[in-house]
Amino acid sequence: MNFLPVILWSDALVFLLVAAAGVMAWHVRRHEHLLLPWRRVAQSGMAMVSLLVLSLFLLVGGLDTLHYRVALPHSNGSEAVYSPEVLSVLDKLAGPLRQHAEKTYSAPLALALYAKESFTDAQGRLVRDYPRLQYGGAHLADASQRDGDVIHRALAGALAGVLVCALLLAALHLVARGLGLGIPQSGTKEFAARRAVSIAALLLAALIGATFNLASVYHVLGTDKVGQDVLYLSLKSIRTGLVIGTVTTLVTLPLALFLGVAAGYFRGWVDDLIQYVYTVLSSIPSVLLIAAAVLMMQVTIDTHPDWFDTAASRADLRLVALCLILGMTSWTGLCRLLRGETLKLREMEYIQAAQSFGVSSLRILSRHIIPNVMHIILIAVVMDFSSLVLAEAVLSYVGVGVDPSMISFGTMINGARLEMGREPMVWWALAAAFGFMLVLVLAANLFADVVRDAFDPRLNRM
Amino acid sequence: MIAYLIRRILYAIPILLGVNLLTFALFFVVNTPDDMARMQLGIKRVTPEAIEKWKQQRGYDRPLMFNTVASGADKLTETIFWQKSASMFVLDFGYSDDGRSISREIATRMGPSLAIALPSFLIGQLVYISFALLMTMFRATALDMAGVALCVLLMSISTLFYIIGGQFLVSKLWHLVPISGYAGGMEGLRFLVLPIVIGVVGGIGSSSRWYRTIFLEEIGRDYVRTARAKGLSELTVLFRHVLKNAMIPILTGVVVVIPLLFMGSLLTESFFGIPGLGSYTIDAINAQDFSVVRAMVFLGSLLYVVGLILTDISYTLVDPRVRLQ
Repeated sequence: MNFLPVILWSDALVFLLVAAAGVMAWHVRRHEHLLLPWRRVAQSGMAMVSLLVLSLFLLVGGLDTLHYRVALPHSNGSEAVYSPEVLSVLDKLAGPLRQHAEKTYSAPLALALYAKESFTDAQGRLVRDYPRLQYGGAHLADASQRDGDVIHRALAGALAGVLVCALLLAALHLVARGLGLGIPQSGTKEFAARRAVSIAALLLAALIGATFNLASVYHVLGTDKVGQDVLYLSLKSIRTGLVIGTVTTLVTLPLALFLGVAAGYFRGWVDDLIQYVYTVLSSIPSVLLIAAAVLMMQVTIDTHPDWFDTAASRADLRLVALCLILGMTSWTGLCRLLRGETLKLREMEYIQAAQSFGVSSLRILSRHIIPNVMHIILIAVVMDFSSLVLAEAVLSYVGVGVDPSMISFGTMINGARLEMGREPMVWWALAAAFGFMLVLVLAANLFADVVRDAFDPRLNRM
Repeated sequence: MIAYLIRRILYAIPILLGVNLLTFALFFVVNTPDDMARMQLGIKRVTPEAIEKWKQQRGYDRPLMFNTVASGADKLTETIFWQKSASMFVLDFGYSDDGRSISREIATRMGPSLAIALPSFLIGQLVYISFALLMTMFRATALDMAGVALCVLLMSISTLFYIIGGQFLVSKLWHLVPISGYAGGMEGLRFLVLPIVIGVVGGIGSSSRWYRTIFLEEIGRDYVRTARAKGLSELTVLFRHVLKNAMIPILTGVVVVIPLLFMGSLLTESFFGIPGLGSYTIDAINAQDFSVVRAMVFLGSLLYVVGLILTDISYTLVDPRVRLQ
């Protein structure tokens, strides 16, 4: 075996989340009344298109979650030694992007570096000019060929992408028909939604195909200060954003659910105590509380360097700790909501009937109360996701975000914002980070909106 | 009313005590002062003497909660908890790492913070409510849909983008106002325009959408139908009835943050070089000045608790049915 699989802490938590989501999905599939709101979501073209975009992000993040370490070449007989560098499947797939590092900044699709340098040309003269890039557009003999080559490659890539996607869609259609799954009639909402998704998938496939074809020989989004490809950095940032947006809920949910439901159901001193705890926590402005906690976590990490075997595991533990801290500081809002809902539910006739039959509190909570507050939890999770992704960037700017060595939207913005003053301006790293973040957050927001409307019991339709 | 207020203020004391204990635990129990000293001195220069000196300079060379060596009341007062945490109740915040009085810094930096935060807040609320009322007026039309779509788009954009983009566009390209800086008095106005505008624009998305939901909930009620039935114009209905009745949920979210305006905004102040409390906090975080961060945490929660009490009072002002007892 010439590689060693590595499961970082955040990977393990992501796997746990995926497993939990899988169990939930299986449970929902088996119960028609739970499936109903999801059917409503599936009827919305906007939600399905957002979901398509989100699943692309999830795919990139997922590939970036499978980590491994490569074995170093070693002499026969000795024990295998593994490189200290932790790579992911995404790194492997995007190999050229990762390895084709230039010297410093270069603009998107540029052939030459951003800064002038002195070098000797073919005739042996010393000239001062923009040197050609080592990798970006290296296959071109002359700079004037670039525009034609870019257009040619982009079109070819887009065409290939559309073709592949069309074949895939057709195959899906045939499989669905073969399995006897319902094919929506034209004119229905399902049909419109499916058509919207197909069109979006074709457009996205064209975009991805073009980017893919260009990225093999150009730096599509330019390079950053140390010459790393900005497209690669943006793809790597996705995982950090997704981990923060999702793993945080692993902390938030159990705390908010158990404390909120317990406070609302048992009332009395339990309620007083829980209310006291969350009032104290929520009375501290969240940025300050997060800052204080992260500072202390930094002290702990810095004074215990022996805990970590690789730099990646250190950065990763910091990411997990950040999620933990974000979770500890953000459960109060959801807890208050759940407490209020439980207070309302426990006065309902069916709960009182259960109580008078002598059903135990634990059973009432698990069978009657928790299933009936699930929609609040689901809405809160999807609504919080986008704000957490946005918060990561802000926290990294403040200096209490992820490890500076970890690639994230926040660290990208942080590294690029000082370059705004340059002439000509270095805008591509900022634009890439903000652009990717906007697409991710917008898709999440649109999806969350539809989910909220579909699950809101006050909007009773159908 | 007076009795209620006194009770509320008394109720605030255990909350602040909780905050105090929490920050104490965060800053002194999770990591001992020795750890902090080691981190701040750097790994190389750490000697037991250096750590002792560092602790002594900052007054961290006492026991945490209980001093067994001292006698009488000193058993409790000659401790880190008493000297560093409990003293914050009388607004004695001690000294920052560069030896300045934190209380004095807070007093001088509140002005600039407020100069940005208060106008952004007031103009912001006006803009958000007007925009939300406009969407409510054209509810269920294409205009309303476009407004909501705009809100979702605006909320999906990072605050950092508003600041960086605004600075680039307005200051660098158009040269309308200076990129950053601060001056007192009327001259300072040109420095304030951009941060205030950005503060307002950054909040439009989430706030207007939230207000729109509140208004829409009110507009479906019976009293609105009655008002329309007796022949009132749609405008009168919106402003006289819907807006007034929507005040309760709006105030719940808004009044709480008024005292917190004193703290300023971390991002805005640090990007625009405003010498307010926000940039003070961010500098302290970057310099790992624990005493300043601790003071700001306590001050923040103090202001929040004040905000909660103000919220209750504001209810009685807009809703005569609410009686505080």
